[in-house]
Amino acid sequence: MSGFVSIMRREMRLAFAAGGEVLTLLLFFVIVGAIVPFAVGPDKELLSRIAPGIVWIAAFLAMLLGLDRLFRADLEDGTLSLYRLADMPLSAVVAAKVIVHWVTSALPLILVSPFLAMILAMDTETFWRTVISLLLGTPALVAFGTFGAAITVAIKRGGLLAPILIAPLCVPVLIFGVGVIAPLGGPDQATVAMLFLAALSLTAVALSPFAAALAIVWGEE
Amino acid sequence: MTHRQVHKEVFLKVEGLALGRGDLVLAQDVSLSVAPRTGLLLRGPNGAGKSTLLLTLAGLLQPLSGSITFVGHDEEDGPILHHCGHRNAVRARLLVRETLQFWASINGHNGLGIDEALERVGLTRTARLDAAYLSAGQQRRLALARLLVSRRPVWLLDEPSAALDADGKILLETLLAEHLADGGLTIIATHDDIDVPGLDTLTLGKAA
Amino acid sequence: MSIEDTPKMSWWNRLAHPGFFVQWTTPLVWPLAGITLALFALGVWYSFFNSPADYQMGDTVRIMYVHVPSAWLSQFMYGMMVVSALGTLVWRHPMADVSMKAAAPLGAVFTFMALFTGSLWGRPTWGTYWEWDGRMTSTLIMLFIYLGIIALWRAFDDKLKAARIVAIFTLVGAINVPIIKFSVDWWSTLHQPSSVLTAEGSKIAPELLTPLFIMLFAFTLLSITLQLISMQTEVKRRRVATLERKAARGEAA
Repeated sequence: MSGFVSIMRREMRLAFAAGGEVLTLLLFFVIVGAIVPFAVGPDKELLSRIAPGIVWIAAFLAMLLGLDRLFRADLEDGTLSLYRLADMPLSAVVAAKVIVHWVTSALPLILVSPFLAMILAMDTETFWRTVISLLLGTPALVAFGTFGAAITVAIKRGGLLAPILIAPLCVPVLIFGVGVIAPLGGPDQATVAMLFLAALSLTAVALSPFAAALAIVWGEE
Repeated sequence: MTHRQVHKEVFLKVEGLALGRGDLVLAQDVSLSVAPRTGLLLRGPNGAGKSTLLLTLAGLLQPLSGSITFVGHDEEDGPILHHCGHRNAVRARLLVRETLQFWASINGHNGLGIDEALERVGLTRTARLDAAYLSAGQQRRLALARLLVSRRPVWLLDEPSAALDADGKILLETLLAEHLADGGLTIIATHDDIDVPGLDTLTLGKAA
Repeated sequence: MSIEDTPKMSWWNRLAHPGFFVQWTTPLVWPLAGITLALFALGVWYSFFNSPADYQMGDTVRIMYVHVPSAWLSQFMYGMMVVSALGTLVWRHPMADVSMKAAAPLGAVFTFMALFTGSLWGRPTWGTYWEWDGRMTSTLIMLFIYLGIIALWRAFDDKLKAARIVAIFTLVGAINVPIIKFSVDWWSTLHQPSSVLTAEGSKIAPELLTPLFIMLFAFTLLSITLQLISMQTEVKRRRVATLERKAARGEAA
């Protein structure tokens, strides 16, 4: 069994074990989405118009919330130092963690999004577009988030800093993500948004393990 | 112990090493050379830079200046050293056996078998327990087992005897003696007496 | 623990020595400040008394003489940080760390000024203080990035460690800024098909250009002067910190 798979297995075990945060994040996502009608009123027309934005904001916040657990515990118990002495590059370790982080924090959100779609009065087409845009866009959020977590891991109370640093960088993801769902400029623009979203995700996922690994090494030194 | 192999012979040569953290210089002009089958005990008061020296040798910290070479080491043989710091890298919610298995697959499993290593450090009975239930001393033993499952010629140990009981200390000395006999080398930062033939003493923080 | 000043050091290495940097730049500060002040006096006189009011926007067009230079500097300072970040990462040049740290608050202030004057200008022109126009929006995000970088600097105790981390974030930010700009433009044009401020740029009257250029130079010189001063301050601050740490160690030993 190669090291890459071992790390994925370990991260999965930790995420889904009792006390893991997968369920907490899911609950957070659903509650944020469900709390908006209390703030804007239960007007179905308004809700269905802003539902894509609500779902994206809820996903975005949930992703930011889950960032700190990515490297913090590994740093605290010395695991992160040992990863640097392992028989595999640190960027590969980070890449394995990125994949698992997406599976444990983004995929569950997408799986429960039908519930939000229902209570926010989304129509079927919008719902499917939302699922597609989340599938295409959340990898970029995870990648940026990984980078943010790596940058702040050396800071003892860096938990709140990572979201602040990362949120501005994620603006394009939000813009194109919602652009896929609610194409203001017609279906052509939706395709444009979809292509850009996919390009952003691919690039970010490909580059983030290296940038994050550098930041971790420099942060520990 | 029938399948014990001998380590490839590696010399550690350190020249003109200055070490510190940030712009704080802890020790300057450290030069040492350690031959296979020997080791070094680092001594010195708190804050003298023992842990920093070990971290620097492990490559986890950049030296301020100077060079560290492992003569005889080929990059393609994989990582050359184990570093065993203050923290044991033992995570709650993973079983003891699972933890060791994990490190074996990350570091390359070319040493003792998992169960054999656990038996060696006396953790066979706890193999199926959540690692969080281990005592500090038992966690230390688990960290030592990590050194056994992946064979590497250089062991850098930071306070390895901390939290170990009398039996544990004897175990540590036996493991070290075997490691040296196999052609390995070791550098140990410690305040305790570790009685293994072949160990020299280097005192940091005095007239350095 | 003394740093040797051997004569064979190249100018590049000598520049890396913080003490030398302070020595070298101190005589520059006052002349620079003088030229900046003179340019500002000239520029302000031009902007108020020697340039016509715009036929559409009236006297409010004069806000441009502060707004455009601030907007330019908000990008110029980020450019300065990117160059310094490369200096930190590629050459490990100690003054690059200092330059990067000094530039962040300056950039944030100029970005804030660009936003502030922009919204003052927007009130009479668009009839609202804030419009989700492409340029305004990306400037706002730029401000958030600057503030994030400042927060990141402040969070580290060890400034040497901080420099490299901030440098890599600055570079990732630099890659992102064009993407952010593009996405925001795409997003805002979808919402409001024609940009309000097409007057700026090509259709600008030549009489407005003279004060604008003077003010651009004045602002740029101002930023360089401030950058030098804050770099000197940072060098001194670090020296104090080092001395304090040495004193603490001296007592402990």
